[in-house]
Amino acid sequence: MTLREIADLLDARVLAGEKHLDTEVKTAFSADLMSDVLAFAKPGSIMITGLTNPQIVRIASIVDNSAILIVRGKIPPDETITLAEELDIPVLSTKYILFETSGRLYANGIIGCVRKIEGPGSVIPL
Amino acid sequence: MSQKCEFSFPVEGENFDDAGKVSVEIKRLLKGLGITGDILRRTAIATYESEVNIISYAWQGTIDVRVTDDNILINIQDSGPGIIDIEQAMQQGYSTANDRIREMGFGAGMGLFNIKNCSDGFEILSEINKGTLLKILINR
Repeated sequence: MTLREIADLLDARVLAGEKHLDTEVKTAFSADLMSDVLAFAKPGSIMITGLTNPQIVRIASIVDNSAILIVRGKIPPDETITLAEELDIPVLSTKYILFETSGRLYANGIIGCVRKIEGPGSVIPL
Repeated sequence: MSQKCEFSFPVEGENFDDAGKVSVEIKRLLKGLGITGDILRRTAIATYESEVNIISYAWQGTIDVRVTDDNILINIQDSGPGIIDIEQAMQQGYSTANDRIREMGFGAGMGLFNIKNCSDGFEILSEINKGTLLKILINR
């Protein structure tokens, strides 16, 4: 799906990175724990989170997320948006909760970055 | 002949607002040196977790990066309370984080574990009430 299609599907507001809406997204990682995003998110995936602080943008830049999708209708502080523009990371915000957001994207063909974490350090790839 | 490049950044304890800033800059510099893909990614992740560790637990610290043709060596030296039980600190899920750290999306006891997972070589030396030195080696 493109970011534009994701925004339409979830009735999301585009808060940064309007020019990247044609970017194609195939995978996602949902988490409110940034250490897990660092550990498991794959390049090109969309980060789905309920956090809104500027660190989410830096994390997205580190793991090469294609975009950040903020859930539960949260609107990030200005610092987060400014940083997102600076680091060129699109930010979307939807009113749907994390579960609904993930489910709707999954139903439309977006899959997780990894399927399962079996044990310490072992990741079951897709 | 081996080419070398070194850079060093200070990190201030409890400066939560800037968490990750140094790591984003280090990633940008490494990219400029032609480092890409999995190696860039693992280095950036290990650096980020280390930076968050300094901010969360130490008084101050420095992140030194040395890049050669063969590898990337990252030394993270902090002055701080030190780690009492390194083996325990390495365990997934063990954490002494406060609310401020958790609000940021960290402090779930994944940091050192993530760092080790990203590294080809990994060593921690710690002295109580002095500080901690973390050495990370990533092969190119």
